Amino acid sequence: MSENDQTSADQPGEDERASGGATEAAGRAGEPAGTAAAGSPGSAEEAEGQEHSRPHRVIGTPSPTAARTLLDPAAGNGGPGQGAIESGDPARAKRAERIVAFFFLLSALASIGFIAAYIGMPVHSMSRVFHSNLALGSAMTVGFLSMAFGAVIWVRRLMPDVEMSEPRKPVASTPEDRQAFQQTFMEGGEDSGFIKRPLVRRTLIAATVPLALAPVVLLRDMGPLPGTTLRHTVWRKGMRLLVFGSNRPMKPEEFDSPGGLITMVPDGYQDNDDELAKAAVILIKFEPGQLQPPTVMDWTVQNIVAYSKICTHVGCPVALYEQTTHHILCPCHQSTFNAPRGATVIFGPAPRPLPQLPLTTDAEGYLVAAGDFTEPVGPSFWERG
Amino acid sequence: MSSQDGQAVPPKALTGLGGFLDDRFRGARGVRTFFKKIFPDHWTFLLGEIALYSFIILLLTGTFLALFFKPSMTDVIYHGTYTRLDGVRMSEAYASTLNISFDVRGGLLMRQIHHWAADLFMAAIFAHMLRIFFTGAYRKPRDVNWLIGIVLLTLGMLEGLFGYSLPDDLLSGTGLRILEGVILGIPIVGTYLSFFLFGGQFPGNDIIPRLYVIHVLLIPGLILGLIAAHLFIMFHQKHTQMPGKGRTEKNVVGAPMYPYFMAKTGAFFFFVFGVLALLSTVAQINPIWLYGPYNPVSISAGSQPDFYMGFLEGTLRISPSWTWDLAGHTVAWNVLFPALVPLGLLLTGAALWPFIERWATGDYAEHNVNDRPRNAPTRTAIGVAAVAFYSIMLLEGANDLIADHLDIPLYTITWIARFAVFLGPALAYFLTKRICLGLQRKDRDLLEHGLETGIIRQMPDGEFVEIHRPVSEEKRAVLLSKKEPVALPAPGAADENDIPAPATRGLAGKLRATANRVITESVPLTGGNGHGNGHGNGHGGSHGDEAERAAVGAPHSPVADGDVAAPGTVARDNGQQSGDAGS
Repeated sequence: MSENDQTSADQPGEDERASGGATEAAGRAGEPAGTAAAGSPGSAEEAEGQEHSRPHRVIGTPSPTAARTLLDPAAGNGGPGQGAIESGDPARAKRAERIVAFFFLLSALASIGFIAAYIGMPVHSMSRVFHSNLALGSAMTVGFLSMAFGAVIWVRRLMPDVEMSEPRKPVASTPEDRQAFQQTFMEGGEDSGFIKRPLVRRTLIAATVPLALAPVVLLRDMGPLPGTTLRHTVWRKGMRLLVFGSNRPMKPEEFDSPGGLITMVPDGYQDNDDELAKAAVILIKFEPGQLQPPTVMDWTVQNIVAYSKICTHVGCPVALYEQTTHHILCPCHQSTFNAPRGATVIFGPAPRPLPQLPLTTDAEGYLVAAGDFTEPVGPSFWERG
Repeated sequence: MSSQDGQAVPPKALTGLGGFLDDRFRGARGVRTFFKKIFPDHWTFLLGEIALYSFIILLLTGTFLALFFKPSMTDVIYHGTYTRLDGVRMSEAYASTLNISFDVRGGLLMRQIHHWAADLFMAAIFAHMLRIFFTGAYRKPRDVNWLIGIVLLTLGMLEGLFGYSLPDDLLSGTGLRILEGVILGIPIVGTYLSFFLFGGQFPGNDIIPRLYVIHVLLIPGLILGLIAAHLFIMFHQKHTQMPGKGRTEKNVVGAPMYPYFMAKTGAFFFFVFGVLALLSTVAQINPIWLYGPYNPVSISAGSQPDFYMGFLEGTLRISPSWTWDLAGHTVAWNVLFPALVPLGLLLTGAALWPFIERWATGDYAEHNVNDRPRNAPTRTAIGVAAVAFYSIMLLEGANDLIADHLDIPLYTITWIARFAVFLGPALAYFLTKRICLGLQRKDRDLLEHGLETGIIRQMPDGEFVEIHRPVSEEKRAVLLSKKEPVALPAPGAADENDIPAPATRGLAGKLRATANRVITESVPLTGGNGHGNGHGNGHGGSHGDEAERAAVGAPHSPVADGDVAAPGTVARDNGQQSGDAGS
């Protein structure tokens, strides 16, 4: 539609209302520079409530405002028409139209490209997956962004630049409405007998409590009660320690990397995540004389000590070991334990040392547990004591 | 478009459809009102839209992922496209996530868009919330919508945490382990809660399917319902607007819904989706195949949660190792305190703030024009302090990465954070408040003297002066949007009979009077105090016109009535202008 057909926006509001309040656009070309910016206070005040200039407009440039009459003129909208569509130059508008159309067509092409890439590019191998992702993603990006650019240019270049005002009433109801509501509410209360029959009222309220409690009970079977599960692990006297990963037992003399840290799991439970979450231990081998109390020396074998791998903070596996300082570090929250001195805490939020697992060797010379941990492993819990 | 008697009518097909619908639903008037509804425009108003569109994209991509994802913890041995994990024991959830990534065409793209959209959703919520806070858009009548927003933020965090835990990879499994540790720390019921949630010991076989149903049904349903309420309330109350020429408490200035807002917001949806697609094309996110399947024995160094959980990670890391032994029971303050208190403080503080501010300022009026942050120095300062607090914790949550990349000792960073968490917000508060008051002084200077033009003129007596130009009408309207706060009687203030004002009596009265002193610190726009001595005497003084005061302070009478466009609506501005002229 051409903006020149629609200059009825210049007419006063009442006419506009009669014509159904259709959107009207007026060309900006030829309109005098706006009264908004540099006009006398009087003229600015006149414009007040009728039209509003955009912020930060440079003085002397044409007003970007357009007289809009879409809203109810009685509400104070409408007024003298201002320019609207970008400079009113048909050639520029035509060019903008072509740009918008270009983007929409580009989007269509990209979407077709997306379908083509979907059909033409198989996956099932790493490199093909990444190529497919690149092709599908690029097509999708172009498809969406072209739609966005097209629509934005459409709004900014082809639609009239409008700013309109609409009245805003206080949110609260009028006192009369409130009063009427209160009356209705009380009448309903009277009619229902809710007020004058306390027995009904009180039993109704009383009934809601068990009604709400009943479904909560249903949640009880979500899990077993904890009992003493958290106090014990599967370690038993004579249970072999297996190297995590290879699942092979180990003799003390095979620990040929002093300064290293090996993760061990209980024999028979190497695939049991529930038990591993408590029972995993780390082995560290020291030079003779390095181990100090409070490490329990009787629980070590040839200067090899086993500590729980489960951090006493919130249960992350303590997996980092600094050889020079003999510090065990939890990667989650940096609780730091002093390995040669019973894994006591030297930094971080962990409240307790890592529990030590009693070690010994069996008849074949393999490392085995001499019993379970003597205290619960892992994070604090209420019943831990 | 055809025309009858000069009136435009839509094409016949549309008229027919419209008639069909109107015969059944009577929408001509209602939909027309909807079409003509005015939406104010400002770039910050798009932040909430980003969150909304991210959520829609999350629903779309999430539905796609749910077609292929198997929320099961049954052990399988993997023999698939990703040969490096060939023969590895893993849960079905992890294996199906690998399949989505490598064997479903577009699956990797959808996974990455879903994850990026979740991050964008949370980032947009944070940014939106800060905009609302700093411009005072949460004030009456929008305080309830502010509370809904806070609930949405909390639900978004949970939804994200549960969502990224679903693939059962090593990184997210470690996150669940931490969650278990925190739940165990809850006094009395913690152990039971943990056993009920995980169906027994950690990790058990139930947690993934349970998180799945919460993630795809329960929380999205709640979020959807609350978003609907959030938008309906916004729509019903009409959007706030930024201060400017012709913008008053009793009008709303902007472009109508149809066609402008519809076209713009539609474009914006495509823009958000396009940017997310671009990110997911070029920026890998959550490559779970590199992390490996979860097992409770392994961990990778430098484990980081998604950014919106980083705050909690930081509070856990900063905490000292306090625990209590309480009559044979363990109270894990080292876990409880950091997990609950800092976040609780932020969320509860945010929820209560609108009501604290009302109580302290005595400003019970309805507000539809946003504040400029500088014009509410105490609020702005508190907001910046909260941002500082949050940011320090977020950085502390990445202390190992910072230590690694910047070569700073790890413990040093934690120790700095332990002090910075108290000093940082205090410093931020102080600086922000001073900056705000300084900007207020600059505003007054602009109003009184205008802009420096850079043109120097020599006077007949040889003096050089710079020519100042009055600020534009638009700028002037923005400057004049400032409302001088109402001062309550000072603490201990007494009338001529030495009787303390009733409002300041008692502990609550004294507290309120003190809060009022702090919150109403202001540099009046107009006033005879001369320059440089503005702050601190805004209250109770002689400047600022009484009408303004009454308008701000009067309880329950926000705006006079709906008669808006009449010249009377700008009476406030005029009043201030005349006051200004008189000074």
